[in-house]
Amino acid sequence: MDRIVPAARDLIAWLAEQLWSGFGVLLKMPDELFALLVMVVVGSLMLVFLSLLPLFFVWLERKLSARIQSRLGPMEVGGFHGWLQTVADTVKLLLKEDLIPAGADARLFKLAPMLAVMASLAAFVVLPFSDWLIVADLNVGLLYFIGVGSIGVVGILMAGWSSNNKYSLLGAMRSAAQIISYEIPVILSLMPAVMLAGTLSTQGIVQAQSGIKWFVIANPFMPLAFLIFFIASLAELNRTPFDIPEAESELVAGFHTEYSGLRWSFFFMAEYANMFVSAAIATTVFLGGWHGPFAAGPLWFLLKCFLLVVLMMWLRWTLPRLRVDQLMSLCWKYLVPASLVCLFGAGTWYLVVNRLRGGAAGTFWFGS
Amino acid sequence: MSPLRRYFRNLWDGLYTVLVGMKVTWKNSLLKPITVQYPRERMEIPEGSRNQLYCNIDDCTGCLACERACPVACIWITTSRRPAEEEVYTSTGVRLKLAVPKFDIDMSLCCYCNLCTEVCPTECLVMTADHEFAVYDRGDLIYRFDRPWQVQKGILPPALPDYRPKPKAEQPKTEPAPAAG
Amino acid sequence: MPEALTPHPPARALEPRPTQVAFEGDEMVLNMGPQHPSTHGVLRIVLRTDGEVVKEAIPHLGYLHRCFEKHAENLTYGQVIPFTDRMDYLASMNQNFSFVVAVERLMEIQPSEREEYIRVIMAELNRIASHLVSFGTYGLDIGAVTPFLYAFRERERVLDIFEAASGARLLYNYMRIGGVMRDLSPQLLDQTRAFVDYFEPKIDEYNQLLSFNRIFIERTAKVGVLSAEQAIDFGVTGPNLRGSGVRFDLRRDDPYSIYDRFEFDIPVGEGLQGQVGDCWDRYYVRIQEMRESVKILRQALAQIPDGELARRPKSIKPPKGELYSRTESPRGELGFYVISDGSTNPFRVKARSPCFTAMSVFGELARGAMIADIIAIIGSLDIVLGEIDR
Repeated sequence: MDRIVPAARDLIAWLAEQLWSGFGVLLKMPDELFALLVMVVVGSLMLVFLSLLPLFFVWLERKLSARIQSRLGPMEVGGFHGWLQTVADTVKLLLKEDLIPAGADARLFKLAPMLAVMASLAAFVVLPFSDWLIVADLNVGLLYFIGVGSIGVVGILMAGWSSNNKYSLLGAMRSAAQIISYEIPVILSLMPAVMLAGTLSTQGIVQAQSGIKWFVIANPFMPLAFLIFFIASLAELNRTPFDIPEAESELVAGFHTEYSGLRWSFFFMAEYANMFVSAAIATTVFLGGWHGPFAAGPLWFLLKCFLLVVLMMWLRWTLPRLRVDQLMSLCWKYLVPASLVCLFGAGTWYLVVNRLRGGAAGTFWFGS
Repeated sequence: MSPLRRYFRNLWDGLYTVLVGMKVTWKNSLLKPITVQYPRERMEIPEGSRNQLYCNIDDCTGCLACERACPVACIWITTSRRPAEEEVYTSTGVRLKLAVPKFDIDMSLCCYCNLCTEVCPTECLVMTADHEFAVYDRGDLIYRFDRPWQVQKGILPPALPDYRPKPKAEQPKTEPAPAAG
Repeated sequence: MPEALTPHPPARALEPRPTQVAFEGDEMVLNMGPQHPSTHGVLRIVLRTDGEVVKEAIPHLGYLHRCFEKHAENLTYGQVIPFTDRMDYLASMNQNFSFVVAVERLMEIQPSEREEYIRVIMAELNRIASHLVSFGTYGLDIGAVTPFLYAFRERERVLDIFEAASGARLLYNYMRIGGVMRDLSPQLLDQTRAFVDYFEPKIDEYNQLLSFNRIFIERTAKVGVLSAEQAIDFGVTGPNLRGSGVRFDLRRDDPYSIYDRFEFDIPVGEGLQGQVGDCWDRYYVRIQEMRESVKILRQALAQIPDGELARRPKSIKPPKGELYSRTESPRGELGFYVISDGSTNPFRVKARSPCFTAMSVFGELARGAMIADIIAIIGSLDIVLGEIDR
């Protein structure tokens, strides 16, 4: 943010020169007010971007799943391969009746989808799209991401409880257990990168990597950490193979059974926005963020995120789903020990390599 | 297998079979989609497909075989004797003794089993390939094949096209539907 | 009622079935209602569960009952055939085959050689189509959506062959008493050969995608174990019985039509991934049966003679008598017990439905399973409600 405000000031000065001197009045505002105005504008832009992103991803998922299944997917709405299909679906959802079940706790019922969306949107502030394109370069960026991501669980539990429905409650309980359990492998698998970078700040972690020297190849344990993070974040997102809470063929639709219309679309949007956030964190921490072999910048970041999201979608359409107890056993018996092994292994490796080079601080085992 | 070995075996299996599954879906994603975008494109209906029924009333001898053969009793025919001096023949030269003032088939009851067409001695009752006959009112699905009514309504031209299947010798060899890939 | 036939025992009042169950602890009564994405039709199951574990599962049937057996008393034998189509609508040719064989045995007539081969080709193609549906929907129940689409893509080709042969895609009414409806053209036989060649490698793909997938195996192995003794006691037949290790197939052990001329194996469940008789075994038996059907098809297509179709009898009037005749449908032993009183209408037709007996064993299998396993068990029994309820 400390780079965006002066940049905004320069931009307005340029606009005042070129277009209309009336813009100059904005420059005469007191600094705090100007900063507040910039924050509001940036926040709105972020919200717009984040609302369009799930629209694009839903369309992409439908086209991708269709491609895998020898079908065509949306083709009609909007002409070219149905690119407006999600917009049409959103309009339809907006026009639906706003149902609140009879015995439901109305306040919690209305609050739950908002919490779920808030959790995923709030994590965007620490994503480094490029060198300067980051909303807030917190020096505890990763910790903030993990903390804010946990708020989603509260939203899900609220949704399940307030629906006054056996199935929703069952689904919400399962989902809560799943998400809370899988947060541990997520956190533990991110720690080796923090060790290597020496900072929790997302921008700092990206800057500790360069060109093609990404953290995923820094260490023989890092690819394993990346894999664990990827699998655990699939479980965080309730995606197949971990989508028992939303298993259509079993308990109707789990915690969002009773939701319809715009409230339901909030949950949906939260899922896809979360998908992007997980992919983005994986990119910053393991895949070098906005670095690239040439012309580093936001395009590289978006490309890597996009590839990870496509991988998540591909896995969804390939794999069957795990039962709840198998899911739990996977987390506690396989992922948590493996992530601990990664943590200790990566740390030991770093220490040993450091010692061998006589104290030279090198994060990468094949050279600084 | 000892539990430890089973643990690592499970781990390896889990990863490996997922990758194998992804390879299969990857290969299939490269195939051409098989969707036919109806109604812009249509699939070819093979010959002899059982869809809409049609009766060429000029050839109907009023034998009531189809009415008797129908398992769901959806064909309703009434016949009346033609006067002796009237000499009407079918297109194959059989003299008609009965007139058929009412020949109704309720397509909403029809189970498309084809038993009625098999017993028709003059082959005036056939199944055509027309499958796009959805209507808004269920009553419109009762097809009345007595010609004067249809000609009067302008549904049929006075001179009927011949929907009967042509004899085998004259049938041109048709292309089989593409079978591979 | 004709005196020559055995009198039926007088009807007994049915004892009221206990529906009120005592509650203990935190038991929950869940209703998987007639409309449910995974019950393969309109099946209602009332589950009494303790948390996630099921203590009792009571299926309620009858939502698709259409009085087939009563209808059959008022129709001629030829008119009953379209009604048999609609019992197990996924394996229509096999239903036709079974009834037609029953009546032909009663009348002691035989169709011509070519017709026998045509019947076997149609029956085996329909076996493949039916097993494809079972494979696809089982994957869908377990969570993998893609195999369903692949199965239906292959099935489209089979349905195209059927449409060219009989005119319809699902309910064929193709077999007649004394023969078949129409002859198959040489192009159609070529199309079938091309399909068989196209389809065989796909079975390996399905194995790679679903059968040997670790997650699928975790979900289905050691779940719903049906021992061989239990299976025989309950009268389970078909792939469900063979999945428990009993090598019994009516095409080999009580051959009908010309099945004794073909070489094929009978796959049985061997507990490859868990226990003999678990859900995975039953599922894998079906996959292997598809391969065997391909073998039979290849042999039949190679051996089919040219010839004319037999002259069918003008009116079907079997002599007085009764007969139970059974054939192997994709779901098990489909039997028809036909009582004829010498007229054109049968006196009584009873259909012995294989899915009905498979459903009877469901209560045993469901005890002690988890809710997610209930879905796996129903899917592995491969039921079609049209046949259960008739």
